[in-house]
Amino acid sequence: MSERDFSARSSNVSLLHLTKRFRSLDGSGEVTAVNDVNLEIRAGELVTILGPSGCGKTTTLRMIAGFEYPTSGSILIGGQDVAMVPPNKRGLSMVFQSYALFPHLTIYENVAYGLRVQKLPAAEIGERTQRALDLMQLTSMAKRYPSQVSGGQQQRIALARAIVIEPSVLLFDEPLSNLDAKLREYMRDELRKLQRRLGITSLYVTHDQSEAMAISDRVVIMKEGWIRQVGTPREIYAFPQSKFVADFMGKANFVRVRVLGIEGESARVEIEGAQFTVPRAGKAGPVAGPALLVVRPEALRPVPLGSEQERAALKGRIDRFTYFGNIARYEVSTENAPLLIESYNPEASFIFEEGTEVGVIIDFESARLLPAEEQE
Amino acid sequence: MRENTRLSVAHLVRDPVLLFLVLLVFTGLILFIILPLYKIFSYSITTNEGKLSLQAAWDILRSSAYLQPLKNSMLLGLTTGVLATIIGYVFAYALTRVDMPLKRFFKAIATIPIISPPFILSLSMIFLFGRNGLITNRLFGFEDSNVYGMHSLVVVQTISFFPIAYLTLTGTLAKLNPAVEDAALNLGASRSRIFRTVTLPLSVPGILSSFLLVFIQSMEDFSNPAVISGNFSTLAVEAYRTITGMYDMRGGSLMALMLLAPTLLAFVLQKYWLSGKSFVTVTGKPTTSRQQSRDPKLVWPLFAFCMLVALTIILFYGTVLVGAFVKIWGINFSFTWAHFKYVMTLGWIPLRNSVILALASTPVAGLLGMLIAFLVVRKEFPGKRAMEFVSMLTFAVPGTVVGIGYILAFNGKPFMWTGSAFLLIMAFTFRNMPVGIESGTSTLIQIDRSIEEASTILGATSAVTFRRISLPMLKQAFLSGLVYSFVRAMTAVSAVIFLISPRWNLATISIFSLFESSKYSDAAAYIVVMIAIIVVAIGGLNLLVGFLGNSGTVASGGSSERA
Repeated sequence: MSERDFSARSSNVSLLHLTKRFRSLDGSGEVTAVNDVNLEIRAGELVTILGPSGCGKTTTLRMIAGFEYPTSGSILIGGQDVAMVPPNKRGLSMVFQSYALFPHLTIYENVAYGLRVQKLPAAEIGERTQRALDLMQLTSMAKRYPSQVSGGQQQRIALARAIVIEPSVLLFDEPLSNLDAKLREYMRDELRKLQRRLGITSLYVTHDQSEAMAISDRVVIMKEGWIRQVGTPREIYAFPQSKFVADFMGKANFVRVRVLGIEGESARVEIEGAQFTVPRAGKAGPVAGPALLVVRPEALRPVPLGSEQERAALKGRIDRFTYFGNIARYEVSTENAPLLIESYNPEASFIFEEGTEVGVIIDFESARLLPAEEQE
Repeated sequence: MRENTRLSVAHLVRDPVLLFLVLLVFTGLILFIILPLYKIFSYSITTNEGKLSLQAAWDILRSSAYLQPLKNSMLLGLTTGVLATIIGYVFAYALTRVDMPLKRFFKAIATIPIISPPFILSLSMIFLFGRNGLITNRLFGFEDSNVYGMHSLVVVQTISFFPIAYLTLTGTLAKLNPAVEDAALNLGASRSRIFRTVTLPLSVPGILSSFLLVFIQSMEDFSNPAVISGNFSTLAVEAYRTITGMYDMRGGSLMALMLLAPTLLAFVLQKYWLSGKSFVTVTGKPTTSRQQSRDPKLVWPLFAFCMLVALTIILFYGTVLVGAFVKIWGINFSFTWAHFKYVMTLGWIPLRNSVILALASTPVAGLLGMLIAFLVVRKEFPGKRAMEFVSMLTFAVPGTVVGIGYILAFNGKPFMWTGSAFLLIMAFTFRNMPVGIESGTSTLIQIDRSIEEASTILGATSAVTFRRISLPMLKQAFLSGLVYSFVRAMTAVSAVIFLISPRWNLATISIFSLFESSKYSDAAAYIVVMIAIIVVAIGGLNLLVGFLGNSGTVASGGSSERA
């Protein structure tokens, strides 16, 4: 089995000032679904567009596929402008949310379809189809129809059908959203392994942030048609550049602080009268004055009043306690802001009851600063 | 708006096959639907000297010779519409909501009037209730019962058209989410209260819709009024008599317009007003099966009602079957093959013509129907809404209007087609498309659009995608389009009566002539042979479409949420 064959044509994709406007549903005005999007997807890379529904991620994907026409801007695949290239001539493949398997064709014929359309010699069709079926472990069910196999198998058929034509770019439209949670995690890992092995340039669209983190080389966060941030999963989680990104990629607390001064990466801040140092404040925060401190729930620790109270930045009361086994989650109300705290391995530490007054210690190592008022 | 038009034009230019198909469909629609209608309209308001004038039209419209048929047709349409809808509703309710025996039998019986040749019920009416009628004369001894008139027409049309109401209302009743009725039951409402407060109000759009559909059918019916209306003149028949009997083309086309107006109005109401009011909730999620009532106080009266309807239909059809084998109905009931010999000799050529033309037009109408459904549901191009409206319009345009329009449009340069097989085939094709379009459209809407997109992105052109993906999935819709086209082509009377020629005479028109000369048993034999041909053809089409390949079931898939 030579997998290298599948990767031969991988191309890079460039989106330049890509914009799409639709007529609004009531017909009165226009809705900008995609607004001046610029993005470079390198050959062999897997980029995920992550955003809430209606953010323009699927529209972007469909414009690359050729199912929607950009209002303005251009799409370059392998350096070539594809504006005048119809979708069936772009050399791409797509894995659809609903899989879109051909219900009236066997699994073998589903996979062979793209090759048959190209009118390749029968021997080549047979050989390549078989190779794709082997790769996705579908050989034993090749003669069945899509309705006769499980959801996970349908997913693999859709993938086999997409890679067998050796696309220059592989597009994924929320391909895992129809699977149950366990299978979704399994398929997610399989998909990533396969993509790495074959090295196919891939664009993946999802609204599930853990999926995005698990499979992507880079993540693009979109909202209301705009790209909000691009970076590796780690860059985005650890250095969010806006409140929206911090909130959308994982959970975040926003503590109101006052910046007293900046020195290199580190910042001096004041919280409720006490002063603290934020060693890696990030580049998004202000030089001085009011700001928001982004703190992940796992970077907060509740402590009993008294003993460690002097180290606690905030004081509050536990409104709600939820026990997940691996995590104890506390919702704490403070004078400053409502806080969400997640303590890992809760059985190894003290568990607080609802109604308890506590101090909250902030781990400033992973905290970042953002401007206080953000224009959304 | 302009933005979208520009984009869809760009789309067309990028896909030459699509552009060609769109232009092809539009050419056909303009030539065979718009042009004839325009000709009727322009001819009606032009004087003999060729001037535009409403005066002639106005004078004619004020005379009672024109107003009486209009009043009669409207009255007949309203009466039949109400009666057929009531029977259809009870029938549909019994078959969807009540647990009773012989359901398959009742369903089968209710489809018979839809696929049967014309004249058959009128013929039965004459056999049973005429001067020599089995019931009027033999049973009750009436010497001069008058079977001709509105009362007979109402009976015959109600039996003919209640299946339309039944099918429409079955759709409505079956698709109402059972959870809504279950919720009412759960809140403590009785069955009758649920019916009054939930089921009936929710089926009002379906009821109105079925009434309008039956009204259209009744208004445009030619064959029944032509043979048993007596002095009760209707527009469809008067228009024909005015043109063929009095050679008054202008009067005929004015009547055609008078016929067109109410049917068109009913069609627009049904399609655009009622369809928006439908309460049918299509969630795509599997709904739990409906709990059917087993209350004997409900089951047996409904069963008796369905049985009565079924027996009436059997009586009417059985009568014609018997009538085909007796020497002279009412006088000499001895067995004979003579009438079949007549059909196979003198009647053979029109019969052969009917089969040839029906077979020729069926695949054209079927494919065109699927193509239009595909274009309208799946593609973006300028004039899409117009294409949808015009192609469905033929359902509402009475055959009489089509016939007169075709004479006016194709009886001179540049289209000298009157009397040709080609024009008959086109008349069949464009009149018989709507069922294919409707079933194709509703099938396509249910099929996830991304299945076709998957084919496209794998490299297939529009044409390949249509042939290899869409058409096989549309197999059922395609089949019903084919069956309907064939049956309608075989049984057409009103449009083709204007278009036949000595070379291309048709079976239905021969039956009509047999009525005119009171050769009822020959007509009966003719009808029996036609039924046999239709049954064989439907079986054949079923087999043929079976070879198109496995249609499978649509693989599971979630909502296609657009982010």
